[in-house]
Amino acid sequence: MQVTGTVLTTRRVDAYHALTVVAPGIAERFRPGHFVSVAVGGAYTSMVTRRAFSVHDVKSDYGGTVELVFTVRGRGTAWLAERRARDTLDLVGPLGRPFPLPRDPAHCVLVGAEYGSAVLFPLADALLARGCRVDFVLGGAGAERVFGAMRARRIAETTTLTTEDGSLGLRGKVTDALPSVIADTRADAVYACGPMETLRAVTAVGMEFDIPVQVAVEERMACGIGVCMTCVIPVIGDDGATRMVRACAEGPVFRGERVRFEDVGTIPFDALGAPGGGARHVS
Amino acid sequence: MSVDMRTFLAHVELANPITTAAGCASSGRELAQFFDLHRLGALTTRSITMAPRAGRPTPRMAETPSGMLNAVGLQGPGIEAFLERELPWLAQRGIKTIVSIGGGTVAEYSELARRLADAPGVTALEVNLSCPNIEDRGRIFAREGSAAAEVIASVRSIMRYDVPVVAKLAPDVADIVSVARACVDAGADALSMINNPLGMAIDTEALRPSLAAVTGGLSGPAVLPLAVRCVWQVHAALPGVPLIGIGGVMSGRDAFQLVLAGACVVGVGTALFHDPYACLRIERELEDLLRARGFQRLADAVGLAHRPPGSAPRHLLVDTEESAP
Repeated sequence: MQVTGTVLTTRRVDAYHALTVVAPGIAERFRPGHFVSVAVGGAYTSMVTRRAFSVHDVKSDYGGTVELVFTVRGRGTAWLAERRARDTLDLVGPLGRPFPLPRDPAHCVLVGAEYGSAVLFPLADALLARGCRVDFVLGGAGAERVFGAMRARRIAETTTLTTEDGSLGLRGKVTDALPSVIADTRADAVYACGPMETLRAVTAVGMEFDIPVQVAVEERMACGIGVCMTCVIPVIGDDGATRMVRACAEGPVFRGERVRFEDVGTIPFDALGAPGGGARHVS
Repeated sequence: MSVDMRTFLAHVELANPITTAAGCASSGRELAQFFDLHRLGALTTRSITMAPRAGRPTPRMAETPSGMLNAVGLQGPGIEAFLERELPWLAQRGIKTIVSIGGGTVAEYSELARRLADAPGVTALEVNLSCPNIEDRGRIFAREGSAAAEVIASVRSIMRYDVPVVAKLAPDVADIVSVARACVDAGADALSMINNPLGMAIDTEALRPSLAAVTGGLSGPAVLPLAVRCVWQVHAALPGVPLIGIGGVMSGRDAFQLVLAGACVVGVGTALFHDPYACLRIERELEDLLRARGFQRLADAVGLAHRPPGSAPRHLLVDTEESAP
């Protein structure tokens, strides 16, 4: 659904911007993993595509609020960073397929790189509500780019932090710390969000331990609702065939081992409908 | 007082002039989550191809000033899946459906038309002529009157006569009127314009083209003047041919421009990416603009901007005569 939301608060969190928006209809339908798209630039903007953001937090205050976490990457996010309380925003959501949750209490490791971690906090709340054990592994390039460390420490059994420059926690990447966390916690499942490279590496670790990995991918989108076909990635289906599927409508959450990370940005030769291969129509 | 928004695409009546642009509404299901598709004049599907197509690699999209470039490459599951799953879904709901088709050879277009000829639920057939002709060194059908005409003649001979065949034209040609005339002579019942002109953007961080496919189709408000010009020129040359005006329509005022230039149906594309409800809003805004100017029927505004300067609008003349004592 589409709502005109009112900005409630804006703040800086570490190196990122956080916007809390009153968006009742979206907040009440939200499930962890869903995202929202925001029109940027105002009524007479030259920016025609929406920007997609994962939702960091949902609260029932003011009839329902959603909190978005983002970093300034271009003109659209720069405009969004300039919003102040009482400004209005055009939001569409909740969009995408949410994280599947374990039926029985399980041990879950939540892995987030940079501000991709934002989406893991409502997931952690949902897992905790089901009696799951939650452990966090959060990382970033430097201390200020690790998102949500304080909150993770408050709610999780253990929180492991990694930075590439060693300014906080362990020096290295989240995937360097992940194997020992999985082993120590006897994890049953891993949930991850962050850049494709991180998701690929997290999935590889999960497969080593033979536990499922659910990843929320970040891919450039124009519409977020499944009509523009620009956010496709190669994913292996239940039937074993690879298809170019939409990260917005079929995702953003996928089982890690189904995503062909090394082929993202290409059309694999064996994908359905690939030029010169795959299924060809014979008339 | 409400304005009569009904319009005719050839002999097919549509409840209002707003349709989706091909490739911007998939096959309808995604938009149906937002609003009742019956409120559209018609839904235009993405271009259906013979075989399943995986499309082009990503990145497929780049935002540009007042527009965007796309190089999706007609991704879709092919005609079989369309006839099995997508068209019946639309037909069962009674949604007026303009099916867009795309192919690389005349034979492929003909085969697509043959498959669709007996399928229930096809309101009109839009022939996407902006595909590369693989039998002619990859030259685009729409760039040559004779190549376009060959496709249209073949499709027209196969489709039932109660299903209008619409030729979709590309703007980057030397003389769009000659291509339009060739298509009409070959049997096109209506023309649709414009398809995306080709553009390109370069990523100044990566120092590489922004799209994996290097070039892509430009859409959005940036191309509206191009669409208005094409509709104007073709309507001036072929005033009796129904035109679907498409290109950068974001508001009712944009749609009104295309109507005044000669379009009796208006396609909404990129605006749907910005706002899933764009079609309904644009229809309402167009109706408001017509009402505010004293129009009782949309039909009275079609091509009205072509009248000589200084002459009063025809519908207003009728009104004065009637109100005269």
